[in-house]
Amino acid sequence: MTIAPIRKTVSVAAPPARAFDLFTGQMGAWWPKGMTIGASPAAAILIEPRAGGRWFERAEDQAETNWGRVLEWDPPRRLLLAWQIDATWAYDPGFETELELTFTAEASGTRVTMEHRNLERFGDSAARMAEMLGGGWPGIIDGFAAYVAGV
Amino acid sequence: MTYSSAAISALGALGDPTRRTIFERLAQKPAAVGEIAEAMPVSRPAVSQHLKVLKAAGLVTESTEGARHIYRIDPRGVGAMRDWLDQYLGEALDAFKAFADAQEEQPE
Repeated sequence: MTIAPIRKTVSVAAPPARAFDLFTGQMGAWWPKGMTIGASPAAAILIEPRAGGRWFERAEDQAETNWGRVLEWDPPRRLLLAWQIDATWAYDPGFETELELTFTAEASGTRVTMEHRNLERFGDSAARMAEMLGGGWPGIIDGFAAYVAGV
Repeated sequence: MTYSSAAISALGALGDPTRRTIFERLAQKPAAVGEIAEAMPVSRPAVSQHLKVLKAAGLVTESTEGARHIYRIDPRGVGAMRDWLDQYLGEALDAFKAFADAQEEQPE
């Protein structure tokens, strides 16, 4: 089965090349604070500018937490990322969904479209989560529930 | 990081160890209430109750095969995840717009 992709669009004043640079080069500056997965707050969110490059966050203490990787690097029009954060909010190298960004010139700047697809793969991830729970991964769900309750 | 209420209810449903065990069993193989109860030190009515909670949380679905009610993990149980991601990515992209437009108004 397929789950409909998520599509989001915004228009920004900058031309495509500038928008692409801001998006990829300064992600830590604009990505909402707290919406990261590392053990401590992210000081930077980095995308290595090439196909195969890493996509990860880096904390103040330099600890790095992977988010995924670059599948296609095609500035200033398109960026294809692998989102490898699973349903338990953990980076999983065996899990991959596509996040595609397109930057299209329009009269007033750039239309930025984000599409997150292959969402049905989270279902496999849910099954794996069950296996991990069965294998005794200590209280991950309890931990999440407690964390969520405390937010 | 905050979850949507649906995702929270899914997490809450799995907070109970017995329900977690039932969910895990269904992840391996769809089963009827009786089959689950036989393999666990839990009464059949109790299993039914747990399944009701899991179903309400969107984690399992029920289908009828003859007289049997078969439960299985709901692949759309990720629906809560999708809803949450939808909101999450929307916020992220809005934040990008705010940042990018601020950069244009005040060039470096």
